[in-house]
Amino acid sequence: MSTELPESAPPRSEPKETAAAPSRRAFVVTSTAVAGAVAAGGVITGTSLAGPDEATAAEAAPASRVSLTVNGTRRTVTVDNRTSLLDLLREHFGLTGSKKGCNAGACGACTVLVDGRRINSCLTLAVRLNGAEVTTVEGLTDGDRLHPLQQAFIDQDAFQCGYCTPGQIVSGVGCIQEGHTRSPEEIREWMSGNICRCGCYVNIVRAVEQTAARK
Amino acid sequence: MHPFSYTHVSDTRAAIAAGRRGGRYIAGGTTLVDLMRETVERPERLVDISGLPLDEVTVTERGGLRIGALVTMAEAAAHPKVRSLYPAISQALELSASAQLRNMATIGGNIMQRTRCTYFRDVTAACNKREPGSGCAARDGFNRTHAILGTSDHCVATHPSDVAVAFAALEARVHLLGADGERRVPFAEFLLRPARSPHREQALRKGELVAAVEIPALPRPLRSGYLKVRDRQSYEFALTSAAVALHVRGGVIREAKVAAGGVGTVPWKLPAVEQHLVGERPTDALWAAAAQKAADGARPLAHNAFKVELLKRTVERQLRTVGGNQ
Repeated sequence: MSTELPESAPPRSEPKETAAAPSRRAFVVTSTAVAGAVAAGGVITGTSLAGPDEATAAEAAPASRVSLTVNGTRRTVTVDNRTSLLDLLREHFGLTGSKKGCNAGACGACTVLVDGRRINSCLTLAVRLNGAEVTTVEGLTDGDRLHPLQQAFIDQDAFQCGYCTPGQIVSGVGCIQEGHTRSPEEIREWMSGNICRCGCYVNIVRAVEQTAARK
Repeated sequence: MHPFSYTHVSDTRAAIAAGRRGGRYIAGGTTLVDLMRETVERPERLVDISGLPLDEVTVTERGGLRIGALVTMAEAAAHPKVRSLYPAISQALELSASAQLRNMATIGGNIMQRTRCTYFRDVTAACNKREPGSGCAARDGFNRTHAILGTSDHCVATHPSDVAVAFAALEARVHLLGADGERRVPFAEFLLRPARSPHREQALRKGELVAAVEIPALPRPLRSGYLKVRDRQSYEFALTSAAVALHVRGGVIREAKVAAGGVGTVPWKLPAVEQHLVGERPTDALWAAAAQKAADGARPLAHNAFKVELLKRTVERQLRTVGGNQ
């Protein structure tokens, strides 16, 4: 079984849709279609499970069936055992809000809530989530209304490039629920699992503070 | 990542049977999945033990504490009994990793976690721990963060856990479940120094499962705490650390439990420091004199000689923090 998508697409000079260089939209549509096929009984894999030397082994890679709830929707899929929750969300459910930063539990860009607790989805094997309730950044909004913390990130100008932002926001929701927001210092400490290369920490702390104060 | 089969077990007997057949236990998975992705770890069978009933914190009959192996780091740190009886444990936990990782990682997995030595994690480098007999790239490599105590010619990697330092200081016991039932191993004997076989890290028999960590009852009042020194303020492994517990009665130190982290191939108990303290009256001069013994036997490498002095100062500061300014 070949991997459907490269782990990281090569740099593209123009965002044209060609067979060699699919656009972001085509990428998302393909992922969604794959997710649809899965519901019909196919096996899905992560994007970077096997290196070139593992191609043969990957032919017969063991898979398991798992039922989980993602943002309120029940999903049952059969996944290659190696698939991370992050890859399941991004590549197969089309939920690309959660980001792949380090893929090693060191940056927090992949943070989601599992059964209400914030975790690193890159270090979570999807097969282990039978019966779990997953909330991603896409699941925080109430229809068209932003979650208060999403609004606070805008109000406080709490990002530049935005890549770490979904993880920061989901982590911030967890931090507020846990009650670790009694001072800016406490917020900094309990948000330290989310790295921001742009260095927007001061405003991120303010956004969490603003939202926690509403409660 | 290499392919693997996956089984979820819901009772300990099934788990141990699967473990004896070569299955690899997975709990929080924060170390294992990471290392599998790097192909440092290549288990063929994963046995998911997260459904086992090993997830309680209980006070023992003698007044100690038993922390189940599947209690998460976050749960253990927040537990009222852990916080009130052994602050060194809750502090060590909250100074570890990140909030996300502490929600996933378990106490059993924490003490089983493998070294953060970059050569161990780089499959192209020589590493006796990962590939016995291949050599140690760290000995003459970039070894600023490596161990100064308990090293051998074959390995200089540190044990990365914080809470294990508190467990070592408090003389915890590890409860192990095997085919023949449960046995208890003193913490000092559970984690193995590298010697000639760095790939052997724990005194575990085939299929044995960590069931709990038990902290013995210690005389009260007991003051304890954990200090961690690192390159950044949060979300970083220790360069040096110190877990200290003191029982002072009638103005005299009756019990002293001290261990250091970030400096040893295993959490490093400091008996010479403890002996210097017991029977004495707490004073700043005592803390300083005792801490001078913290690095006894240290063998620094090319880039980590600074740890010798840093360790002494870390221990001195934490003795003063726990024991008070006198």
